[in-house]
Amino acid sequence: MTTRFAEVWDSDFVWNFRHSPVAILALLVVSVLVLAAIFAPWIAPHDPFNPATLNLMNGFTPPGEPNAFTGETFLLGTDDQGRDVFSTILYGLRISLFVGAAAVFLAMVIGVILGLVAAYVGGWAETIIMRIADVQLTFPAILVAMLIFGVAKGFTPPEYRNEVAIWVLIVAIALSDWVQFARVVRGAALVEKNREYVQAARMIGRTGPAIMMRHILPNILSPVLVIATISLALAIIAEATLSFLGVGAPPTQPSLGTLIRIGQGFLFSGEWWILFFPAVTLLALALSVNLLGDWLRDALNPKLN
Amino acid sequence: MLAYIIRRVFQSVIVLLVVGLVAFSMFRFVGDPVDNMLGQERTQADIERLRTQLGLDQPFPVQYFRFLKGAAEGNFGVSYRQGRPVATIIAERAPATLELAFVSGVLAITMGIALGVFTAIRRRGAAANIIMTLSLVGVSLPTFLIGILLIYVFAVELGVLPSFGRGETVRVGEFWTTGFLTTSGLQALILPAITLGLYQMTLIMRLVRSEMLEVLRADYIRFARARGLTERAVNFRHALRNTLVPVITVTGLQLGAIIAFAIITETVFQWPGVGLLFINAIQFVDIPVMAAYLMLISVLFVTINLIVDLLYYAIDPRLRIDGRTA
Repeated sequence: MTTRFAEVWDSDFVWNFRHSPVAILALLVVSVLVLAAIFAPWIAPHDPFNPATLNLMNGFTPPGEPNAFTGETFLLGTDDQGRDVFSTILYGLRISLFVGAAAVFLAMVIGVILGLVAAYVGGWAETIIMRIADVQLTFPAILVAMLIFGVAKGFTPPEYRNEVAIWVLIVAIALSDWVQFARVVRGAALVEKNREYVQAARMIGRTGPAIMMRHILPNILSPVLVIATISLALAIIAEATLSFLGVGAPPTQPSLGTLIRIGQGFLFSGEWWILFFPAVTLLALALSVNLLGDWLRDALNPKLN
Repeated sequence: MLAYIIRRVFQSVIVLLVVGLVAFSMFRFVGDPVDNMLGQERTQADIERLRTQLGLDQPFPVQYFRFLKGAAEGNFGVSYRQGRPVATIIAERAPATLELAFVSGVLAITMGIALGVFTAIRRRGAAANIIMTLSLVGVSLPTFLIGILLIYVFAVELGVLPSFGRGETVRVGEFWTTGFLTTSGLQALILPAITLGLYQMTLIMRLVRSEMLEVLRADYIRFARARGLTERAVNFRHALRNTLVPVITVTGLQLGAIIAFAIITETVFQWPGVGLLFINAIQFVDIPVMAAYLMLISVLFVTINLIVDLLYYAIDPRLRIDGRTA
């Protein structure tokens, strides 16, 4: 057991990590935020979505000061409806992370499958997939996500719109992001395809899908992982932007972007904390995921150093 | 050459036809246009007459073709929300977006090139390092937060610039309204233009810097120095000029991005442009406006990319060989 631990501890990857203060700090911030999001219902001092626990008298309480009427104190203050900002951030973080992670996962599944098919099958399939990818790449991802969201919203019956908004958002961001995965996977798989182990697998009669998923895929996972991490940062920002614009998370499930949108309304009246804390949380999250992605890219690509 | 152009144009047409199909399907299958246009008091005869009038009794391909024909003529139907022709609404809003995009573009190019040259020449200076670090922060901040930050500093704290709207505008000609001619119009432009242009500015700056560093190492720069030319002449007449080709192509491609990101900037500053119109259309599911914007933005992007691709092809002979095999 000890030797196994020492082996991992001394491996290049972990050694690299131990000696990168930026990576350690970034991972720490991401872990804290992820844990806070997962355990939000237990950590949050108030339930911001239960109207029964809200007291309008608590509205606009500055952070850390007792409210003038009720005497209650809130760590990060309250918004206009007396909701605890700290609690709304925890729940908002939950939505933001969930949408970001789900969108990246979906984009990864689509991109990996299409990339593998393009590389392994070739011919018409490759031409069509890569042409679509090329065309889509000429449009900014955020615009693609916005257009897909708009089109999907148009096709959804009005009574279900709020219910499915989160899922539509996930699909929209995923469809705007799969191209990166498909291109990287195709490039890597084209190289792997001609390796001996693939020929050997073909020789013993394994079918195309089995070779793609069981033999090629495990060998090209590291670039996929790097793209996934960087995509996660982009997806979180994209989600926040769409929600900020009012075309993302529904008002019943506010994400960090929605909270910033709400907070902007109080910028002039001096209640800065309603805007400031969600914005800082979003920045900390996006920046640390980004730094982690950069580090991962360098660590998995010794050639770059 | 001709074959490449034909294939490239053909591809662009296919893209536009697919986008058109999506836009048309939204029209056709989302809600009932007849429901939307007729009031509560309607008879079956009214409905039938309107259906024939709108061509809804025709087969699907015929309707699709008529939609495309209408779109090509600039006829996108009537906005559900405002009850006016979409083409008129967009024509009213377009000057605001185009002026904003123009100022941001000019800002991004001039400041980007100036800062790029500066950071390349004074590579080791403290100022250059500060600018490079700031540019990294600028790239990683989401656009809408930059806008809010600027509003907070210049509108809330200092109170020197307006935080929303276009200020006073002057009507020029039949459709165009301009904010360039009034003080309040110009003041209102400053913050949105910086917000929108910042990303492109950092992009151009970093590109100019790395190209300059590359060029400054070249032999002909050494010769120019050896000939006793002044630093100024070397840097600007010889070095900068040779970095401009990639800058021009990147700028061309960024043109579309500026129009796209104008959506975000316009929402932050409540700038009455086409982007804000589109966001409102999504919020209220105003299909004709959404469809028109979808078509317009696609035509814009496809055209820009077609031009850039053909330019590349004209400039870079290597592509001609690849073009044949690909």
